[in-house]
Amino acid sequence: MAKEYAEKRAVISGVGQSEVGRRLYRDPLDLTLDACLAAIEDAGLTPADIDGIATYPGVMDQPPGFSGAGVVDVQDALRLDLSWYTGGLELPGQLGSVIDAVLAVACDLATHVLCFRSVYEGSAQGKEGRAAVMPGGGGGGGFRASGFMQWTLPFAAPSAAIWIAMFAQRHFHEFGTTREQLAQIALNARKNAALNPNGVYRDPMTMDDYLAARLISTPLCLYDCDVPCDGGTAVIVSRADTAPDLRRPPVQVEAVGTALRGRPSWDQFDDLTTMACRDAGTQLWTRTDLKPADVQLAEMYDGFSFITMAWLEAMGFCGRGESGPFVEGGSRIARDGELPLNTHGGQLSSGRLHGYGFLHEACVQLWGEAGDRQVPGGPEVGVAAAGGGPLAGCLLLTRRG
Amino acid sequence: MPESDVPFRILPRLSDRNRHFWTGGEDGELRFLRCQDDGAYVHPPVTRCPRCYGKNLKVEDVSGRATVLTYSVNHQPWMPGPELPYVVAIVEIVEQEGVRLTTNIVNCPVDDVRVGMPVRVVFEEHVDGDESVWIPLFEPLKTDGEQ
Repeated sequence: MAKEYAEKRAVISGVGQSEVGRRLYRDPLDLTLDACLAAIEDAGLTPADIDGIATYPGVMDQPPGFSGAGVVDVQDALRLDLSWYTGGLELPGQLGSVIDAVLAVACDLATHVLCFRSVYEGSAQGKEGRAAVMPGGGGGGGFRASGFMQWTLPFAAPSAAIWIAMFAQRHFHEFGTTREQLAQIALNARKNAALNPNGVYRDPMTMDDYLAARLISTPLCLYDCDVPCDGGTAVIVSRADTAPDLRRPPVQVEAVGTALRGRPSWDQFDDLTTMACRDAGTQLWTRTDLKPADVQLAEMYDGFSFITMAWLEAMGFCGRGESGPFVEGGSRIARDGELPLNTHGGQLSSGRLHGYGFLHEACVQLWGEAGDRQVPGGPEVGVAAAGGGPLAGCLLLTRRG
Repeated sequence: MPESDVPFRILPRLSDRNRHFWTGGEDGELRFLRCQDDGAYVHPPVTRCPRCYGKNLKVEDVSGRATVLTYSVNHQPWMPGPELPYVVAIVEIVEQEGVRLTTNIVNCPVDDVRVGMPVRVVFEEHVDGDESVWIPLFEPLKTDGEQ
C-alpha cells in the first residue's frame, strides 16, 4: 500500500468560472473576480474564510493578455487576510499553483486557498490576430532575444506551435502516428464543446474539415492549436477536515505529479516523442494505490492536440508510442467511451483558459453537475493534467461519498 | 549569400557567455564550449561542465556536421522572416549525443527534409550597427561527386 502522502489532507471544495469568450473586451480583473467569487460561493464559504491565494503566472505584462490578475490584485479587491500566498511562473505547469495550495493546506499554513488563472489573450490580440502578440513586437525596434528565446527566435520559431510540431513529427516518425489519429483529439473536443454553454467553438467539425484546414506547422493544422480567449477560472483548495463546513462533499486530492527529470527546455529534452508529462505522470502513480485502469475521466491539456497524446501515454492509459492507435476512430475517448477525454471541449474548442479549465471540468464531472455533457454512470475517479514541453503537473481526484 | 537574399531575423543579444557561438561564423566555424577535463560539449553555454561541474571550459570548433532529429515545415506567417514555407529543425551535432540546436534547414526543397538526414552548417551574416552576428543554419550534406 502506498504511504499516506500529504496531498490526501487536501480537497477541492468549490469551482467557479467567469463568462468565457473569444473576445469579450472586459476588464480582466473583473473576469477574475467573477470566477473567484463564484468558486467561494460554490464551496459554501465566504471571502472571510479564504486565508490563502495561489495563482499562475502572477502579474505579467508580456505576452499580452497572458495574465488577467496577480495575487495582490485579488487580495486587495476582496480585502482578504492571508496566512499564505504564492504566484509565479516557474512551477510544474499551470496546475502547479493548485498543487502548491494542496501542500499549503496539508501543512496547516492555510485552511481555504483561493486558486485562480485568468486570461484575456483573445482581446489582447484584437483584430490584428497573432502578429499583434509576437515576442519583440514582431521584431521592430532593435529587439534582441536572450535566455531560451535566443535559441529559437533567430530561426523564425517564435511559437510553441512549431516546438510542439517537432515533437509530433518525431512521434509520427518513430511510431507511425498519423494525422487522422491526431485529429481525434480535435474532433472529440469539438463534439464535447457543442454541449458546453461556455464553449467558444461549438459548430460541428468533421474529419474532412480537419484535413482541409490550413497547415500551421507540419504536422499540425489550425485545428490542432487551441483558441485564445478571455475568461477566468477559480478553484478552492481546502483542508480535508473542513468537509463538514462545506456545501457538498468535496473532491478528494488522491495524488499529484510534479516531476521534471529531463533537461528543462523545448529542444534539449532527452526523448523528443514525449515531454515533462512523462515524469509527472510516472511519479503520480507512485503516490497512490489506484491504477490507470481505475480512471473514468481524463481532462488533459490540449494547448496543441499532440500534447494530449503525450499525456495519454504519460499517465499510462496506453503504452509509449501507442496513443495513435488508442484514439483511433475516437470511440474510446468519447463521452460515453471507456476513457472520456476533455469533456468540456478542451482548450481546442472551449478556449485557452490555460490549464485550470481541465481541473474545473474534472470537479464538475465528479460532482455530477455537468448538465448536458455529464459523463454517464457517475465517474468517481478522474485526472486533471496540464502543461506541455518542460511544464507538467497533474492531479488524481476522487469523489467522496 | 547575397545580402538581398538574407531574410529578416530577430538577433540574439550577445554576451561574454554566448559570443563565441554567434560569431564563429566569421571564421566559418561552429563553436561550443568544451570541458577540457572530461571532453563534454556544453550547450547552451554555462560556466561549469554539467558532468564534472568543473570550470575548465574552452571554446572549440566542431566539424559543423549534424543529424536532423526532427523538423516541421512552417506555413504560418508569425512575423517577418524567411519565405514561407520554411523548415525549422532540431539537429544534433555528430560530435556528441544530446548537443542539439534548433535551426532552419536551407538549400533544400522543404518536402525533402527527413528525420535522420545528415546536414552541415552554413552561416548567414547579419550586420546590426557595428556588430555582426552569424546565424548557423544547416543544409543537406551532399555526398561526394555532387559537390
